[in-house]
Amino acid sequence: MTLPDDYLKYPKRQHGMDHDLYPWSNLFDRKPVSWPEGAGVALWITISGEFFPLTPNTGPLRAPGHMATPYPDFRTFTTRDYGNRVGMYRIMKVLDSLGLSASVNMSSDLTTRAPMLVEEFKSRNWEIIAHARNMNDVVHGETPEDTEQDIIDRTLDDLSNNAGIIPKGWMSPARSESYATPSLLAQSGLEYVCDWGNDDMPYLMTTEGGPIHAMPYTHELEDRHVLQNLGQREEVYIEQIIAAFDRLSAEAKDHGGRVLHLALTPYIIGQPFRIWALKEVLNRILEKGAVWNATGEEILSAWQNAQTPETA
Amino acid sequence: MTADPGLYSYIPYKDRPKIVWPGGKKLALWVAPNIEFYELSPPQNPQRKSWPRPEPDVVNYAYRDFGNRVGHWRLMEAMDEFGVRGSVSLSVAMCQHHPEIIAACQERNWEFFSHGIYNTRYTYGMDEAQERAVVEDSIRTVKTATGQDIKGYLAPALTHTMSTMDIIADCGLSYTCDLFHDDQPLPVKVKNGRLISMPYSLEVNDHYAYNVFGFSPEQYTDLLKRHFDTLLEEGADSGTVMCVPLHAYLVGRAHRIDPFRKALEYFASHSDDVWLTTAAEISDFYLANYYDEFDAHIRAHGKGGTA
Repeated sequence: MTLPDDYLKYPKRQHGMDHDLYPWSNLFDRKPVSWPEGAGVALWITISGEFFPLTPNTGPLRAPGHMATPYPDFRTFTTRDYGNRVGMYRIMKVLDSLGLSASVNMSSDLTTRAPMLVEEFKSRNWEIIAHARNMNDVVHGETPEDTEQDIIDRTLDDLSNNAGIIPKGWMSPARSESYATPSLLAQSGLEYVCDWGNDDMPYLMTTEGGPIHAMPYTHELEDRHVLQNLGQREEVYIEQIIAAFDRLSAEAKDHGGRVLHLALTPYIIGQPFRIWALKEVLNRILEKGAVWNATGEEILSAWQNAQTPETA
Repeated sequence: MTADPGLYSYIPYKDRPKIVWPGGKKLALWVAPNIEFYELSPPQNPQRKSWPRPEPDVVNYAYRDFGNRVGHWRLMEAMDEFGVRGSVSLSVAMCQHHPEIIAACQERNWEFFSHGIYNTRYTYGMDEAQERAVVEDSIRTVKTATGQDIKGYLAPALTHTMSTMDIIADCGLSYTCDLFHDDQPLPVKVKNGRLISMPYSLEVNDHYAYNVFGFSPEQYTDLLKRHFDTLLEEGADSGTVMCVPLHAYLVGRAHRIDPFRKALEYFASHSDDVWLTTAAEISDFYLANYYDEFDAHIRAHGKGGTA
C-alpha cells in the first residue's frame, strides 16, 4: 500500500498553532491577574439549562445526554426535564444558602417553555450564557454558514424578546463548532465562548468577525463526566475538586489569580442522593477562603482589566 | 497477513540471565511524557479517523492542546522537584510548533525519542519509503533542534506496519517502545542492526488510568506504587524496567498533579535500589552488557526461532 503524497506533506508545520485563531502561550509566563477581594481563585459555577427535544437532530453528532432509544424516548426526555423542574431548584437552594451565584448555559427555548425558571435566574442576578435554542442546534464543519448564523440570531432574539436577556457568553450544544463559529459569534456581539477547554484562564481569540475570548471550561471536573461517564463516587468527585482548588490556590501565590470552573448538570448533581456532594464541596471551598465567586462575565471583565494593550 | 509478527521468540519470565543495573540496582525506572501535537484538520488516513467527532473537533483538539499550554509546565515542575528526567515521546513537529517546550526539556537534559511527526498522521497504509521518510525526518528534526541523536521510537498513535521494526533498526535506532510483551528489554528480530524492545508499561499509562479505567488521581498513584513494588521485588532476581508513560493534558490537570507528585516521591525514596534514568541510558547499558547474553540465552532456550 501507498498513501497519497499529501499524507507526508505538512503545510502548517510552523511556529505556534496550526490555525490562526489564537497564538500558543505558556500559562506560567503570562502577566499575573488580580481578582477582587484579594482572592487567589475565582470560582465559576456553570449550570446547564438544556432542552432536549423528543425529536433529536439528524446529522453526524448528537449532544451528550440526548435521546438514546428509538422514538419516543420518554425515559431520556423526562429525565432531562427532571433537571429543569426539580434538580435546578435543589441546586438553587444550595447556592442560595451559601450566597453563591452562577452562570446558566441555557437553551433559549426555556424562555417560553419554563419562563418561571428563567425568572428565578434573573431574580438572583445570575448570568445567562446563550446555549442555542435547544440541544438539536449542533453545528459542525459541514454546517452551512447561514444556517449557523440563523441559529445564533434566533437564539439571541428569543433571549432578548422573551426575557430581556443580552448575553455576553455562548456555549455551543455539545460544545461543537464549525470553522466559522468563533467569527460568527464575535460578529454577533458575543464576548466569550465556552467550547474550548485548553486553558485554566481566559484568553483572547482573533477572528475575521472580531475578537472573542475563550473561557476556561473544565470538562474533567464536570459532574456528568465524573459521576456518570466515569461512574466515580461522590466522595471522589469532592476529593478531585478540592485537589484542583488547592493546586490553583498554590499557583495563584506566584502566578496570579486562577479560575476553578465547575460545570453542574441538574439532572445529575440535582438527584436527591447526590445533592449533598455539591453542598459539601462548596462548603469546603468556602471554608478554605481566598475565593471569589463570580459569573463568567465578571471573571472576563476582571481579566480584561488586568491586561495591558500589548498583552491583551 | 500473518498470524504472528515474528518479532521475537517465546522465552519464559524465569531462569533468565541476571540483569544488574548500574550501582547494583534492581529496577530501572523511566518516565515518558508524551509531548504531542494533534492537527486540527489533518489529511485523512484511509484506515483511521483522526477525530471522534465531526471536524473541526474543537473539544478533543482543545483537550490535548491543554497539555502544551498548561499541563506540561506543571508536570515538568513536579519532575524537577524529585530530580526525575523525562524521556520524551515527541511528535517531532513540536520542534517547529512549540520550540519553547523543547528548549525547556533540553535545559533539563531530558532525552527525546520519536513519536512520529504528528499524532494525527498514522502509519497505516504507508509503503516502506514513506515510513522511512517519517523516521528520517524524525532523526533530522530532533538533531537540528537539539543536537541529540534519537535512539528510540514509539510509532505515532501506536500505528504500525509490518516493516516498522526493520526500518527503525536500519535507520540506526536502538530501541522500540511499541512492543508490550515483557518487563525486561529483549532483542527484536530485524533485518539489519540491533534493536531491543524497551518496556513501556502500557497499562501504567495515565491515558489508561483516566480515560480507559476511569480512575481517580489517588487510584492512579496507588496503581503506580503497586506496579513499582512488584517490579522492584522481582528485580532482585534479574533487573526489571518500569516506564511511566504520561500525557500533560491528563496528569497535568490541577486536580491530578499533586497526587502524582506522591508517586514521584515514592519512587525517589527508593533510590538505593532503583535506577531513575532515561530510556536511552537503559538501552545503551543493556546493549553494552546484556544483549549478547540474552541473545545466546534465547537461541538456546527460546521457542519460535532465533533472535
